Amino acid sequence: MLELALKGSKKYYGWITALLIVITIGLGFYLKQLSFGLGITGMSRDVSWGFYIAQFTFLVGVAAGGVMVVLPYYLHDYKAFGKVTILGEFLAIAAVVMCGLFIIVDLGQPMRAINILLYPTPNSVLFWDAIVLNGYLFLNIVIGWNVLEAERNNIHYQSWLKPLIYISIPWAISIHTVTAYLYSGLPGRGFWLTAIMAPRFLSSAFASGPALLVLICLIIRKTTNFDPGKEQIQTLAKIIAYAICLNVFFFLCEIFTVFYSQIPEHMDHFKYLFTGLYGQGAYVGWMWISLALMVLSIILLINPITRKNEGVLAVACVTVFAGTWIDKGLGMISGGFVPNPLHHVNEYIPTIPEILISLGVWATGFFVLTALFKIAVSVKEEVRA
Amino acid sequence: MKDKKIIIAGLLIFLIILFSPFLYNIFVNAGSAQPAPELVLTEKAKAAKECVRSTDYMTAEHMRVLDLWRHSVVRNAERIYVNSKGKEFTMSLSNTCLDCHSNKAEFCDRCHNYASVRPYCWDCHIDNPKEKE
Amino acid sequence: MESSRRIFFKIAGLSALGLSTKPVLDAFAKEQAQDTLPEPQTQKGAEALIARQWAMVIDTRKFNSAEDMVPLIKACHKIHNVPKFENKRHEIKWIWEEEYHNAFPMKASKFISEKVEHTPFLVLCNHCENPPCVRACPTKATFKRESDGIVLMDFHRCIGCRFCMAACPFGARSFNFRDPRPFITKINKQFPTRMKGVVEKCNFCAERLAVGQMPACVEASNGALMFGDLYDPESEVRKLIKTNYTIRRKQALGTDPAVYYIV
Repeated sequence: MLELALKGSKKYYGWITALLIVITIGLGFYLKQLSFGLGITGMSRDVSWGFYIAQFTFLVGVAAGGVMVVLPYYLHDYKAFGKVTILGEFLAIAAVVMCGLFIIVDLGQPMRAINILLYPTPNSVLFWDAIVLNGYLFLNIVIGWNVLEAERNNIHYQSWLKPLIYISIPWAISIHTVTAYLYSGLPGRGFWLTAIMAPRFLSSAFASGPALLVLICLIIRKTTNFDPGKEQIQTLAKIIAYAICLNVFFFLCEIFTVFYSQIPEHMDHFKYLFTGLYGQGAYVGWMWISLALMVLSIILLINPITRKNEGVLAVACVTVFAGTWIDKGLGMISGGFVPNPLHHVNEYIPTIPEILISLGVWATGFFVLTALFKIAVSVKEEVRA
Repeated sequence: MKDKKIIIAGLLIFLIILFSPFLYNIFVNAGSAQPAPELVLTEKAKAAKECVRSTDYMTAEHMRVLDLWRHSVVRNAERIYVNSKGKEFTMSLSNTCLDCHSNKAEFCDRCHNYASVRPYCWDCHIDNPKEKE
Repeated sequence: MESSRRIFFKIAGLSALGLSTKPVLDAFAKEQAQDTLPEPQTQKGAEALIARQWAMVIDTRKFNSAEDMVPLIKACHKIHNVPKFENKRHEIKWIWEEEYHNAFPMKASKFISEKVEHTPFLVLCNHCENPPCVRACPTKATFKRESDGIVLMDFHRCIGCRFCMAACPFGARSFNFRDPRPFITKINKQFPTRMKGVVEKCNFCAERLAVGQMPACVEASNGALMFGDLYDPESEVRKLIKTNYTIRRKQALGTDPAVYYIV
């Protein structure tokens, strides 16, 4: 089926070329980072994780979000999603690939990454994260590829895939749960030390992943002969509406606990993010925009009139994606590190090379995504014809 | 299998690329291989006659000895190595190995370069503990 | 290390059991017996200092100003080849000074004396008895040494993921954001430097304890710092803890720091 990704229009190749250019630029800066060290980023002794780990966290969410089309189809026998499950699975593959790359570019000694397997350490959450992410990648490749091939050959997929499909559903939950545990089990970080971290991560995942999926579905309908379907997009929109409501609700739960208890070690991080602390507050604007975007998206998604208008829905999906991205891909990580455990405020601002490397990884993910979706859509067109 | 020819050609090209270093040495570079560098010993090393283990063992397995040393020192807090003859050594690359083999450039580097081995020992460990500056 | 001898005895025992296999095993045993030299061993040095859990008591009453701490910090950073970066983001420190409300956040009372408010406190890795950094490390590159409780770094194994830095509630860890060598003023040739991409921190002078010396900061402190075995009732640190009011940093987090402050 791989050959399907090679046959495309001029536009398709233009897009691929553009991605390759961004990848090359990112790679160039990564080589510089390899020789100089992580000092070319904005990270510091105090904010020791930055943009890379934040993107990783956000993208684990996008990967897990793919399950929102798989679950209704296989567990609730919601037939309409049969058409789009492959899109959810392939989106998960591309997102996990980006996750892996973001971890690699964040390592100080990437050549030693294999030490995680050579010296397995079950008490480290990072060890489990490596296992669940690679497992999820493997599951989605096997399931996605075989189910699509079966569809192409007009046969039912192999029966041994069924257990794998069922496993992949809780597995999707696990990847984001374990990723939340990376943060929520650390004693000195009041911002992350909350049991609701995993639920918060999952709710934002089930909003951002499907939101990206809806946007891609709309693009696919416009650029190809395959229509993912009006009903499918509307059902996804409802899922997003619930998820983004939950996300904001969980956030407010957090705000209540932190600000009613008035414990400074928990409160100061929120103060830093939303009002600034000791005169420093690079993220204040961003955080309020994020909140505004999420509230706006709730209004647009809950109201049936706006939700059913696909133009408005597209806007709502962009606001969901942008709002959750700022929340998780920008505020979540640096907010946890500022103020530092000694209560100093040393801010983190990503550098240009750091952003270009991140863009390179995003472009790699979208390259994989484009190729996979091209294959999926070509098969769908073939079958219909 | 209408693409048989293309597949075979592709496989062939792949194999040629895969084995290109060997092919290069057999056909192009035949006979012109550099001779292996001789080991150069300092006076002190010569006088000692034998390293912590037999010369044969050290030539082939010195990296294993060093790996044991670093593990033992860093992780087990054991810094003394007692060899088969009962002789004691402080396990230290810079302070023990390079004490005799103070000619790192000749003793270590030449052979490593020849074999295209790039150990990262010297990123951290001091390579000239005896030189003044 | 004694595995070959053990194998020898095992084989000898087995050969006594089964006569049918005896000839074959005899041949093995003979081959083993030829190598009469014992396998090399590793051991502690005779002068090495030993403890169940090393601990430090810092008598803060004996420090009057930041100046009093400079010799201690210098002694440590000099012998351990700790680089000095101008760029604050890349800063590396093993032992340094903090004001009271930073060393002990949330512990400072209102309206405390000017002296306490601005007297610097010496801070370093606490070598916690229950270290969260060790829990977090995915490769056991940072580990709690069973023999004496020191929380150590294995720089050969560290992949530079910095999970330990996020896990440490004391900000005790530094990361090598770039090659540190050009930023070391004068290299101590007896001690290695670090490479870029690994995390480092205070090692309680494990290399000095191994040869019978007290940590460098303790030695340079004129008795303001005491060092000893927390589980030896006769040790100096135990006596000080017993007879003085001591506090530890963020004790409520349950990491059980091994650095005690007399206030």
